Amino acid sequence: MNARFVIQRIGFVLLSFIAVVVVLPILVIVAIIVVRGIGAINWEFLTTMPHDGMKAGGILPAIVGTIVLTFGTAIAAIPVGVGGAIYLSEYARDTLFTRAIRLAIVNLAGIPSVVYGLFGLGLFVLFLHFGTSILAGSLTLAIMTLPVIISTSEEALRAVPTEYRTVIASLGGTRWQGVRYVVLPQALPGIITGIILGLLRAAGETAPILFTVSAFFLPRLPHSLFDRTMALPYHLYVISTQVPGMPQEIQYGTALVLLMLVLSMNLVATLIRGHFRRRRPW
Amino acid sequence: MSKFVVQNLNFYYGKFRALSGITLTILDRQITALIGPSGCGKSTFLRCLNRMNDTINGTRVEGKVLLEGQNIYDRRVNVVELRRRVGMVFQRPNPFPQSVYDNVAFGPRVLGMARSKSQLDDIVEESLRGAGLWEEVKDHLHQDALSFSLGQQQRLCIARAIAVKPEVILMDEPCSALDPIETLQVEELMQTLKANYCIVIVTHSMQQAARVSEWTGFFWLGELVEFDSTAKIFTNPSHPLTENYITGRAG
Repeated sequence: MNARFVIQRIGFVLLSFIAVVVVLPILVIVAIIVVRGIGAINWEFLTTMPHDGMKAGGILPAIVGTIVLTFGTAIAAIPVGVGGAIYLSEYARDTLFTRAIRLAIVNLAGIPSVVYGLFGLGLFVLFLHFGTSILAGSLTLAIMTLPVIISTSEEALRAVPTEYRTVIASLGGTRWQGVRYVVLPQALPGIITGIILGLLRAAGETAPILFTVSAFFLPRLPHSLFDRTMALPYHLYVISTQVPGMPQEIQYGTALVLLMLVLSMNLVATLIRGHFRRRRPW
Repeated sequence: MSKFVVQNLNFYYGKFRALSGITLTILDRQITALIGPSGCGKSTFLRCLNRMNDTINGTRVEGKVLLEGQNIYDRRVNVVELRRRVGMVFQRPNPFPQSVYDNVAFGPRVLGMARSKSQLDDIVEESLRGAGLWEEVKDHLHQDALSFSLGQQQRLCIARAIAVKPEVILMDEPCSALDPIETLQVEELMQTLKANYCIVIVTHSMQQAARVSEWTGFFWLGELVEFDSTAKIFTNPSHPLTENYITGRAG
């Protein structure tokens, strides 16, 4: 057989092997969490307060806390993020100023999450007197999420052919009308992907909420935006490291709930994206 | 009656001078063809007529372009309204990835031209009839525009352009992506349209210029070498460059 076909064969086998190596850890992690945690999952676990020093009862406040925080993050981050992306892609000219903005966004994406946590503590909790609260936590998570939303949204907007903008101008449409009626609808699937990616990261983060919102143990649901709350990632950290004699099943059960919450958000995003993507020409 | 009067127009991309000293008059309800080799400035000139070049960074214009007596480069001119009056059809058919109806209705919608659904329906029908497309698409108004043939898509783009009731239609090589039959349909359409519109077409096909236009301008290296009636240009050009180009010895 010709040598180049042998090389092709070897290359193919090698790449398949690498693909398996990449996917395997994810499957193993999910499998372990499901197997060890599924026993803990029942109606009571999902809907009641923890008791006996969190060693028994449910994790309702943590679930609610994470959902509330994710919503808060979305409300704060989506308008600013998508708006910023529209500005950068549709309006901003290439100046020193916009280059500085882009540089800042790239750098924001690289900052460790614990630094966001400290920043949120300094700005929202202390300086603005929001206290340790859902408001402070949501805003901190939102700032952390912004770079992801802005850069993916900008990319999605730029992928819409320039031609459409030209046509709109030639029809006597304003730039905003072009954005509103043609460019934005076309870019929506990509923008939604960016938003979900950002929110998923926010939902799973521990460090940014550590100092800004999280309660170690708060066996009730939050009352207002200025209330603190438990949240799944931090709760998981607490019951895994801070509480001696914690039943392992509760730890894995909590991890499983967090995983399912994140995966189901991901699934919803994929469905929305698929729904919008049907009619894209390129 | 003259529609455009262009006086001593210079155009620059940064430091590069793409058009120099263009002076000509474009008549209403006639077809004016602009010919010349690639990069000679004919498309740039076309885009000067509705200030489409404004969107490109680092461009600069000198001289005057009068549309019915008013200089369109005047500070007080509203560019968005200018482009409503001077419509454009592009090289590649480029309908929005929406239905036929939504494509034609796009302009009237953003301009707020229709007060009711039925009024909008009327504009859409009228425009599609105007573009000679109504009979072919009247039962498929809500079908995706991209599912039609390229020739139909290009006529749809013409319908979309005339839906905003422009006075001028600029066509930038409108047939370069079409087959000969589709090209013929667009050319026949142009003959119908010139009863109501001033049409300026840039074309690479000298046969097309000869077939459709009353007036022809020959561009060479950013200059308007010759501008005259199409008959004169193609039978008895006064400039040797024009003669070389139309006989295929240059360009």
